[in-house]
Amino acid sequence: MTVEIFLQNVANGITLGSLYALLAIGYTMVYGILRLINFAHGEIFMISTYFAFYGTAIFALPWQVSFALAIVLTALLGVVIERAAYRPLRDAPRISALISAIGVSFLMANLGLVIFGGRPKTFYRPPIFQTPIELGGVRVVALFFVIPLLTAILLIALNYIVYKTKTGLAMRAAQWDFDTARLMGVDVDRAISITFAIGSALAAVGGIMWGLRFAEINPNMGLFPGLKCFIAAVFGGIGNISGAVLGGFILGFGEIMLVAFLPGLAGYRDAFAFVVLILILLVRPTGLLGDKQRVKV
Amino acid sequence: MMAQKKVVHPALKIAAVCGALVLFFLILSWGQEHWDAYTVRILNLCGIYIGITLGLNLCNGFTGQFSLGIAGFMAVGAYTAALLTMSPAIKQAVFFIQPLIYPLNSIQWSFLPALLMAAVVSGIVGFLVGAPAIRFRGDYLAITTLGFAEIIRVVFTNIVPITNGALGLKGIPPHTNLMWSWGFALTCIAVMVRLMRTTYGRALKAIREDEVAAEAMGVNLFFHKNLAFVISAMMAGVGGGLLGNLITTIDPNMFRFPLTFTVLMMAVLGGLGSITGTVISAAAVTVALEAFRAIEEPRVILGLSIPGVPGMRMVLFSVALMMVILFYPKGFMGDREFSLDRIKRFAARLSRANTSKQG
Repeated sequence: MTVEIFLQNVANGITLGSLYALLAIGYTMVYGILRLINFAHGEIFMISTYFAFYGTAIFALPWQVSFALAIVLTALLGVVIERAAYRPLRDAPRISALISAIGVSFLMANLGLVIFGGRPKTFYRPPIFQTPIELGGVRVVALFFVIPLLTAILLIALNYIVYKTKTGLAMRAAQWDFDTARLMGVDVDRAISITFAIGSALAAVGGIMWGLRFAEINPNMGLFPGLKCFIAAVFGGIGNISGAVLGGFILGFGEIMLVAFLPGLAGYRDAFAFVVLILILLVRPTGLLGDKQRVKV
Repeated sequence: MMAQKKVVHPALKIAAVCGALVLFFLILSWGQEHWDAYTVRILNLCGIYIGITLGLNLCNGFTGQFSLGIAGFMAVGAYTAALLTMSPAIKQAVFFIQPLIYPLNSIQWSFLPALLMAAVVSGIVGFLVGAPAIRFRGDYLAITTLGFAEIIRVVFTNIVPITNGALGLKGIPPHTNLMWSWGFALTCIAVMVRLMRTTYGRALKAIREDEVAAEAMGVNLFFHKNLAFVISAMMAGVGGGLLGNLITTIDPNMFRFPLTFTVLMMAVLGGLGSITGTVISAAAVTVALEAFRAIEEPRVILGLSIPGVPGMRMVLFSVALMMVILFYPKGFMGDREFSLDRIKRFAARLSRANTSKQG
């Protein structure tokens, strides 16, 4: 393997890692507050790419407007899903909520199939992201720098919201205990809605960048990136935002490197994440950065 | 007035059940010859899905261990049965990329031992998956088992000398008929009914209600959860084997998450924890899935050609699942059962209410 190819793989790994990280944050935030695998998160990610796609393709909006609109709409979608499918089951057994989440996920994937059609669509890629940049003998397009950079900026913003604002305080309080948080004057429902809005908006950013990176979108693209990112969140320590980012990067990087260094195992790429999940749960169930699991009774 | 409770002689009961069974299988064997192929196919699918859904319900409903790995076990069973029943000549033709490995390429078993082998192999795989996985609870168990099913699928796609990779197997002998599929369904029903009356069954239900309390009462969690998991995997394996020998072609992509979702949907709609509910719901959903297939195909009505809408079926069924889980979370039957005694009691209550009104 030449240095160039190796560096190209590093760039691929960082990009995929960033995308996984953005999605994993949504999982970890929702799991932290509701103790629920939001199966629909992958579909939220999928639908965001279609929002952006139709914005540019049908309504002929400038891409900046279209992408911004897609992010807002996706955030709304996340809030609506929580209202409709998760809130009524908040006091029901957790398995009911899980089945509901799986149901929403399937509903959206198939609605996507019905509305958007099964044929993959080509995502509009603004030329600015395709500008080639030469760095140390490796030619990469600007997108490879934009994705990690944007991820870093969003992470700083998210950390500010969660740790420095009152809203963030409410979210963290709700994560600890609903009833106590309510007694302290926290509007738990609002905190949960905001959690879903933020998680979905980040998924939308991830989705748009996914479209920019891989150029092709289809209604079935949500499930597996979604599951992998949940695994990334578990890997980093569920409920912990930095953990989700770390897990996302390790998983994305690992996947690329597995294929790069052991091409014979390339066919097993999709199983890699699940093997990681099973190992981490057996060895260290709290994940890399997770604190001791609190059992809510 | 109350009907006096009549005591039926046990031998009479057994004779009645045997008679009903013989009659049932006579009708099936007649139907196999005389009903049209489409009806027979749907009835076959009904029988197979009843058994598989009961297996899923044993693990997810009766024991409360929410597993999403059923498609993986079905794949194991389907491949085992297919590889054992295909003739060596067909195997040679199908495995044109890489030849099948030695003992498998020269043997051909009849259907029953092949199905039993499918049960054994998927049971072993079930144990290998279950033993580490059942330590996790709730969501984690769900995602781990889903992961194992996905690993099984990916492995099957890649071990070409055994599974023929992504191309799958073709020309599997169509052994499955109504007697096999409904025999399987009845066996699964009998196993479930008997199991639930034993201490094992009660222990499983105790685990569902409260794991900690069950353990405190002396229920061996590891053993009982594994028991449920392995039996569930075996039922899925035999069901998968029957399915493979019904549709005669299988490939790893058949056994993805949507298959698990379909079976899960049958179990949830019927009621997690009800045998009769599962039977009714599995049959109804199978028929409905076939009936709604028309929506997805293009057709011409009154001179207007209406394009088919792929995916519409699953939209309808996902909506049904959501409605049930949101507004009627126990499903069609909850954890109750449907029995003749119940109807008799209900009728007695009705007639009593009537007489008291008249009096």
